[in-house]
Amino acid sequence: MHIAEGYLPPLHALAWTAVAAPFVVHGARAVVRQVREEPETRLLLGAAGAFTFVLSALKLPSVTGSSSHPTGTGLGAILFRPPVMALLGTIVLTFQALLLAHGGITTLGANAVSMAVVGPWVAYGVYALVRRLGGGLSAAVFLAAALADLSTYCTTAVQLALAHPDPASGVPGALAEFIAIFAVTQVPLAVSEGLLTVLVVRLLTRVSPAELARLGIRPARQEA
Amino acid sequence: MSRFSLVNWLLVVGVVLLAAVPLVIGSDTEFAGADGVAVERIDESDYRPWFAPLFAPSPETASGLFAMQAAIGGGVLGYVFGVARTRRRNAPPPADPPA
Repeated sequence: MHIAEGYLPPLHALAWTAVAAPFVVHGARAVVRQVREEPETRLLLGAAGAFTFVLSALKLPSVTGSSSHPTGTGLGAILFRPPVMALLGTIVLTFQALLLAHGGITTLGANAVSMAVVGPWVAYGVYALVRRLGGGLSAAVFLAAALADLSTYCTTAVQLALAHPDPASGVPGALAEFIAIFAVTQVPLAVSEGLLTVLVVRLLTRVSPAELARLGIRPARQEA
Repeated sequence: MSRFSLVNWLLVVGVVLLAAVPLVIGSDTEFAGADGVAVERIDESDYRPWFAPLFAPSPETASGLFAMQAAIGGGVLGYVFGVARTRRRNAPPPADPPA
């Protein structure tokens, strides 16, 4: 989902940066408030950031014959609400843009919108919905993390289609192409991300149940 | 093995299989990054990037830096689990909810 440096026209780059900026600033304040008001959750905050750091470094092969990486933003969005991930996700993207030439400074805004804003909010929405419908913790976490991953890549496809419409078929044609490149490749990776996030949440409920409960994460009655 | 550990290991096996199956069935493809495929698609048009990365490591250096990124994240995760586990082990028994 990293749009390469310079691959969005200046106007698009600027517009996406303007969209991302308030979310990231709000996210920074959310992180500061979280640490100040519930310092005992600092460890989990570190875990959420570290999880995104690991997963977005892992390029996994997919059935389409290309490879891509998970985003890891679902975990933090579920534990700490999405604003926190707007900051943590953007930190990861900045690291990759500056040190790895993966993504870029001009495309940082667009990439932050897809990975650090859309993905986390989708995760949070799906998690809340599944829990409200009576779903178990694992089911909710799996769906939230997998759909956050997938929605991030769909957002990238939309961003690229808007910037690079197909000469013949316009934006819809380009969208179909970019969806084929990103979203289809991403389906098995989204499942992987869902499974890994469930694994981490299971382990956290075992080693750190009090902190999780404080964040409102409780296993459902029917779960072991 | 407890049910808890069994499910955890099944989750790990699931992730490994999801990564391994494409490698086996698609062994003649190169598994180019989707980001790079998108770049190729845009390069076919008239569009030319207007900004280049300030610092672009060679592929070998980049793979090392990616490994470093994963290592830092993995290290922090391991630290968190270690601290949480030790804390819980040292906590007075009444703090333990029923397992």
